Amino acid sequence: MKLRGRIIFSGEAEGVALVTSQPISFLGGVDPTTGEVIERGHELRGECVKDRVLVFPHGKGSTVGSYVLYRLSKSGVAPSAIINERCEPIVAVGAIISGIPCVDMIDISRIERDVRLSVRGATVEF
Amino acid sequence: MQFTTEEKGMLSGRDGHATKKSMEILVALGEIYGAKRLIPVSSVQVSGVSYKNLGDAGIEFLMELAEDGKARVKTTLNPAGMDLTNWKQQGIDANFASKQLEVIDAYRRLGLEISCTCTPYLAGNEPHLGEHIAWGESSAVVYANSVLGARTNREGGPSALAASLTGRTPLYGYHLDENRAATVVVDVTAAVRSAEGFAAMGYAIGKVVKNGVPYFRGIKAAALEELKELSAALASSGGVAMFHMAGVTPEAGKVPKGTERVSFGQRDLAEVTAGLSDEGEPDFISVGCPHCSLKEVGTIAGLLRGRKVTREFWICTSREVKRQSDEKGYSKTIERSGAKFACDTCMVVAPVETMGFSVVATNSAKACHYLRNNGLRVRFLTLDRCVAEATKPN
Repeated sequence: MKLRGRIIFSGEAEGVALVTSQPISFLGGVDPTTGEVIERGHELRGECVKDRVLVFPHGKGSTVGSYVLYRLSKSGVAPSAIINERCEPIVAVGAIISGIPCVDMIDISRIERDVRLSVRGATVEF
Repeated sequence: MQFTTEEKGMLSGRDGHATKKSMEILVALGEIYGAKRLIPVSSVQVSGVSYKNLGDAGIEFLMELAEDGKARVKTTLNPAGMDLTNWKQQGIDANFASKQLEVIDAYRRLGLEISCTCTPYLAGNEPHLGEHIAWGESSAVVYANSVLGARTNREGGPSALAASLTGRTPLYGYHLDENRAATVVVDVTAAVRSAEGFAAMGYAIGKVVKNGVPYFRGIKAAALEELKELSAALASSGGVAMFHMAGVTPEAGKVPKGTERVSFGQRDLAEVTAGLSDEGEPDFISVGCPHCSLKEVGTIAGLLRGRKVTREFWICTSREVKRQSDEKGYSKTIERSGAKFACDTCMVVAPVETMGFSVVATNSAKACHYLRNNGLRVRFLTLDRCVAEATKPN
């Protein structure tokens, strides 16, 4: 299946989808050195974002979250790409400064967990 | 989005990596919010200064930008994680200090003023009515939009820095008239008469209006210090970027018909005030969130004259206001009492939670909110009661 969205940061990447219908807070929600989701009560708690195509509706929480994405990237544990329903500034800025391909305006309910997918510019394919 | 020739040049990489990266950030934000173009800004306030929040990756990011980036407009800086000169006396760990100084060095190379205050409007960065600016620091954003009538969105650290390095911001949100109108009228019947009262009211109303624009009615006059505390509180319990106050703020007076109304009475005030305090005996007292004005420092000096503090007591302010306090003779009185100035920093961004304190007394609702997030217990007291706690016999 091919879905077309809007480019937030253009790039090409592949990976296995890590999907959640819950927003993600990077500051305090994801360990910046291991990439593990640590937010209490989050359905992805215990999962690792490293090299996954991270699919979630949008970010939440502190704007410092942008720097957490950057730290993930520098520690080599960042997601390979980000797909959002509606991207907001924390994730957008984080993706841009970290060089993580990021697409939004995608109906994420159509993406199943653990499916292998590729992101090319505005196109998501699986 | 449409770009000028100059902007196209910056986007193409003509002016180097930092400018290009900055433009990419601004364009992405513009796309997300439906901006049609960028506009020039005259003033920037950059948040994201404390090493506690930035971490090593933040330093790397800033160093990378500092290789070829330079501020194009007046840019001031938020508080750091420590007093940049007196950090040893403050009890800051040497490793933290060396990292914090690296952050400051990167900002200095980027051409930013090392003002390190959350009240830039009291330290020489005071934009005027109608001026487009790009400010981080949520309390200063509210103050600038509401009290000064300047126009800014709630910028994060990287987007404010991007605005500084390009002199631009995307045209959306609070830059546009239509988004500056009141969304909720607040009829104040409570006797809100002190800065702490304004702080408590802001904390309650921020929760109610979330990202809205409250319009306060029923308040006759408000001092700078009261508006400062109100601004900070509105932005910590909610995502408020602007308020109006009838008879006080420059853009008040335009309440759209059918605007939702809420009231704020004496019971609401008592309830929110009580809710801001935890149990426990304070072992650390700190005022100046947002940073103390000269008038507040003067009041504290008056209260401390001839007394000795018995607990750790920080007076957080900007280096500029400290300089004015020196001239007025306030600093001598304060330092003689054993109280400490904490310039360039505050109890929220300094690593207080690792310094062995457990209960903090403060007159700031914003500080109560964030200190609790950092795992500390808090007591919300008026300024004179804070001083009384600090000088209480052991």
